[in-house]
Amino acid sequence: MNSYLLKRIIVLIPVLIGMTIIVFSIIHAIPGDPAETILGQKATEQSKQALREQLGLDKPWLQQYFNYMGDLLQGDLGTSIRTKTPIAKEIMPYLAATLELTAAAMLFATIVGVNAGILGAWRQNSWFDYTAMIIALIGVSMPIFWLGLMEQLLFALKLHWLPSIGRMDQRNPVESITHLYVIDTIIAGQWGQLWTVMKHLILPSIALGTIPMAIIARMTRSSMLEVMNSDYIRTAKAKGMPQFLVVYKHALKNALIPVLTVVGLQTGALLGGAVLTETIFAWPGVGRYIFEAISSRDYPVIQTGILIIAFIFVVINLIVDLLYAAIDPRINYK
Amino acid sequence: MKTWSSLALAVTLGAVLFLSGCGGNNNNAGTEATTGSNAAATTAPESSPEAAATQDTLIVGRGGDSASLDPAIVTDGESLKIAHQVFDSLLEYKPGTSEVQASLADSWEVSADGLTYTFKLHPGVKFHDGTDFDAEAVVFNFTRWSDPASEFKFEGDSFDYYDSMFGPDGSRVIKEVKAVDATTVQFILNQPQAPFLQNIAMTSFGIASPAAIKEKKENFKNEPVGTGPYVFKEWKHNDSITLDKNSGYWKEGLPKLNKVIVRSIPDNSARFNALQNGEIDLMEDLSPDDLSTLEGNTELQKIERPPFNVSYLGFNFKKKPFDNVKVRQALNYAVNKQAIIDAFFSGQATAAVNPMPPSLWGYNDAVKDYDYDLDKAKALLAEAGYPEGLPDPVTLYAMPVSRPYMPDGKKVAEAIQADWEKIGVKTVIESPEWATYLDDTKAGEKDDIYMLGWTGDNGDPDNFLYTLLDKDAIPGNNRSFYVNEELHTLLINAQKETDQTKRSDLYKQAQEIIKADAPWIPLVHTTPLLAAKANLKGYVPGPTGTEYYSGIYFE
Repeated sequence: MNSYLLKRIIVLIPVLIGMTIIVFSIIHAIPGDPAETILGQKATEQSKQALREQLGLDKPWLQQYFNYMGDLLQGDLGTSIRTKTPIAKEIMPYLAATLELTAAAMLFATIVGVNAGILGAWRQNSWFDYTAMIIALIGVSMPIFWLGLMEQLLFALKLHWLPSIGRMDQRNPVESITHLYVIDTIIAGQWGQLWTVMKHLILPSIALGTIPMAIIARMTRSSMLEVMNSDYIRTAKAKGMPQFLVVYKHALKNALIPVLTVVGLQTGALLGGAVLTETIFAWPGVGRYIFEAISSRDYPVIQTGILIIAFIFVVINLIVDLLYAAIDPRINYK
Repeated sequence: MKTWSSLALAVTLGAVLFLSGCGGNNNNAGTEATTGSNAAATTAPESSPEAAATQDTLIVGRGGDSASLDPAIVTDGESLKIAHQVFDSLLEYKPGTSEVQASLADSWEVSADGLTYTFKLHPGVKFHDGTDFDAEAVVFNFTRWSDPASEFKFEGDSFDYYDSMFGPDGSRVIKEVKAVDATTVQFILNQPQAPFLQNIAMTSFGIASPAAIKEKKENFKNEPVGTGPYVFKEWKHNDSITLDKNSGYWKEGLPKLNKVIVRSIPDNSARFNALQNGEIDLMEDLSPDDLSTLEGNTELQKIERPPFNVSYLGFNFKKKPFDNVKVRQALNYAVNKQAIIDAFFSGQATAAVNPMPPSLWGYNDAVKDYDYDLDKAKALLAEAGYPEGLPDPVTLYAMPVSRPYMPDGKKVAEAIQADWEKIGVKTVIESPEWATYLDDTKAGEKDDIYMLGWTGDNGDPDNFLYTLLDKDAIPGNNRSFYVNEELHTLLINAQKETDQTKRSDLYKQAQEIIKADAPWIPLVHTTPLLAAKANLKGYVPGPTGTEYYSGIYFE
């Protein structure tokens, strides 16, 4: 197990290097003068030239790449061109915001998706099964942008149940330690604040979690159906074991492996793909951080941002693989 | 067994969350109902009723974040907006106008030759860090901006507005800034500069605490210290900037609120939703489409920013046949501005005749616009040698982003495309991404005609005419590559002239030349829209976007 872990970590290195090369090449193929974009229409020609020189943008891109990699190996993630702040310092709050949102979205997607899938399989071809699968079908094809605005319209404007934007009530702000507000408020023991923070999480995480929820529901259902028809389940049923236990204990364990893969992949996808949700709900996450960097040609931020997301994605996949072994003792990594 | 129990836990947790969600919401609905309609309008759903009764915090929602909080190193409006609350300049614009009035300087004298300006400073003013504001502080700031070797010019900084208003290194307008005594500061110029006072009043030249700059160094751009009505507290990037009341502010009775929070909410509809839901009190850049919803809501009010901008189509003189004045005039005749205003601006705009807005002094009322007249357009095209219309399709660059002077460039371009089709001019609309767009139009190799606009920085015609249409602005803001020596001489003379009446005459002549040459099709001057809660009072939007939150209060 340990040697497997080590092997997997070593394999990460060429993957990440490949990633930097791809990202670096693509970014530098985008037309547009970063100096003009950063300094704005009203900046003088002189200062733009000075900025280009200072950033090394006048050098060939291969040289720029090696400079970047050199810095990276020394632990320097680069400095944002636009805000002139070290990225390592700057990215933390964004990353935390996205992690919190992604976690909430995946919690929603997994709880609702898995249960809907199980019940659908358990009561196959019942009205519940049909309704759930129709909802799942709609969910997969739902445009996030539209869903987000509709949620705001209904739950914020019409019903006044939930806040429509942001991570907390600005009139009564949360002191941030870890930048994960749910955890921060728990540490501080501020239960009222925790509640406010969670309310802010509800709408965006539903918007973000709807598509994975639908995918997970469909995956769980088909996986469960397969397992439910297997011999050992029939045996368990024949022994007179309660239905609930058969489904949730015996069947689920084996049906969960493909579901886990989907959950892992979807989590990774959400991390980078949350731009739309973050824009509609004014959620200061890493998706928007990178998006703003792209529109202002902030090369170091784009590179580092994508690299960090790629890294997390790979780590999540690793965790999923390890979880397989934990769930199913037959899977053995050598 | 592990999976089973953890899943059960998760399911229960989810159920509890869901149920408690409904319960909490009911409570909220209750408090809102009992505190009355006024409170319901001003309270965010999660606020306590006490906060509603004495609202002392203003939450502003805007589309973007600041790039930096040091006003000297930025040129973008979003950055300057915050700076204006934290810093005071020697002079300032009278609220709602671009007229200059006293601020940190109580009074000033100009020598007869226009080369020496002596400012008397307001005594007893303190920076937020407790240090004294005095003549030395003014000298320190101006030296920091003008000295290329200043140790307080940090890596990557450039003082663009200083360079563009007072000349780049090598041709500086300001020769020297002297502290005569603690409350007297003298500016000695190399040559007279007519808009000098106008320039000094810009937010970019807000006076920063020298002690804070020396201590914080690079970090000053994240933790600004000035003498302004609000003290910087916290900046959460891409999220919010929090400002606290400067309780020792030198202007009596100001600021009226204890706290100002400026949030970045990029999506226009989401921002409007947040305003309607009481999560923000004031929003910028309302899209004209939402105007009817706003007007139907009695808990909200519409606020109009005075029009101080122009949007236009510029011809690229590098491309044939747009170097031909008859072709340019013909296309001018073929744009139905009123139809565009009715269709895309909900009436919140006026047709533009000149390159500068009518509210600015020096505006030439006598200049007559090219009417919408397709017959004249065809006749002019025929005179230019194109009786059947232009042989090749025209590449029209339409803005991919929304700007206060042009909320939806592509739609407007399509309307113009349809008009031009009628006189035999085929148009291909291109909208590359914004950075590329600016690059391409500046190079002038790809576009035949481009759409762009400008919001004035200060209340001087120079900031429109010279900045956008003089040959000195190539390459740069003159993306038409329009060169007219006569115009150039006029504009340069106007910069040196100190008598405003004479300057005004010069600018009027300049506008006539520009109209005849038709390097642009001026489209519209817009009235940018803001929206606020109905009980928000005392807010005067500034034409340049430079405005004070210090006078805002809630009724």
